[in-house]
Amino acid sequence: MRAHPVITERPIDIEMLIERVESDDRGGVAIFLGTVRNNHAGREVERLEYSAYGPMAEAECARILAEAERTWGATVAVEHRVGALGIGDISVAIAAAAPHRDEAFSACRYVIDEMKRRVPIWKREYYTDGTVAWVDPTAPGGIHMSSEEKAF
Amino acid sequence: MADSPGSVTLTVQFLARYAELVGMASTRITLAAPATVSLVLGEIRKQYPGARQIPERPVCALNLSQVDLSTDVAEGDELALLPPVAGG
Repeated sequence: MRAHPVITERPIDIEMLIERVESDDRGGVAIFLGTVRNNHAGREVERLEYSAYGPMAEAECARILAEAERTWGATVAVEHRVGALGIGDISVAIAAAAPHRDEAFSACRYVIDEMKRRVPIWKREYYTDGTVAWVDPTAPGGIHMSSEEKAF
Repeated sequence: MADSPGSVTLTVQFLARYAELVGMASTRITLAAPATVSLVLGEIRKQYPGARQIPERPVCALNLSQVDLSTDVAEGDELALLPPVAGG
């Protein structure tokens, strides 16, 4: 039963995420935090905007968490921000708890790798020079310039 | 496959950069039945010039599951066109 949505517009509460996975029979909790970096593809990033195809993102994350739990016996909680984020903000947080550290690390690594590959989430970068681009790992240079100009 | 008479109307969602290219986040498309994802894409390109910049074979999700372009679409379906993902 996974009542907690993955996609959120609010700042991620890491303590809450850990609370959801820890238990007396799990001796290891691995945490991964993705944060907003101040540069990409040689450009200076001022802020980011994440968006998601919400219902599909939730469904795909549920599948990924189930795979991690099945493979390593780990309990995993994850949240991903959408909306406007500044440099250093946490965009994604994963807490993976397992009886031992190996399983916790493996499950945590699997979830972030699969999320980046499969979950319909997109990011638009706003650069300090006023230009804006969509991040696309498959594009030459990793970005497509956006037609939108910075509005301030 | 037997010819079914009539038409099929579905919702098409343009996500992220594709919404910017087309100039809208979603639309409703009606075409002759039976229809496939591929035929819907053709109709979109005909109706919305901006959609012609979307790759020839974009990742498509029908009712939240990824599908091939040859998949049949049905009345009331939601077809989403997904740019390469960039979460994390």
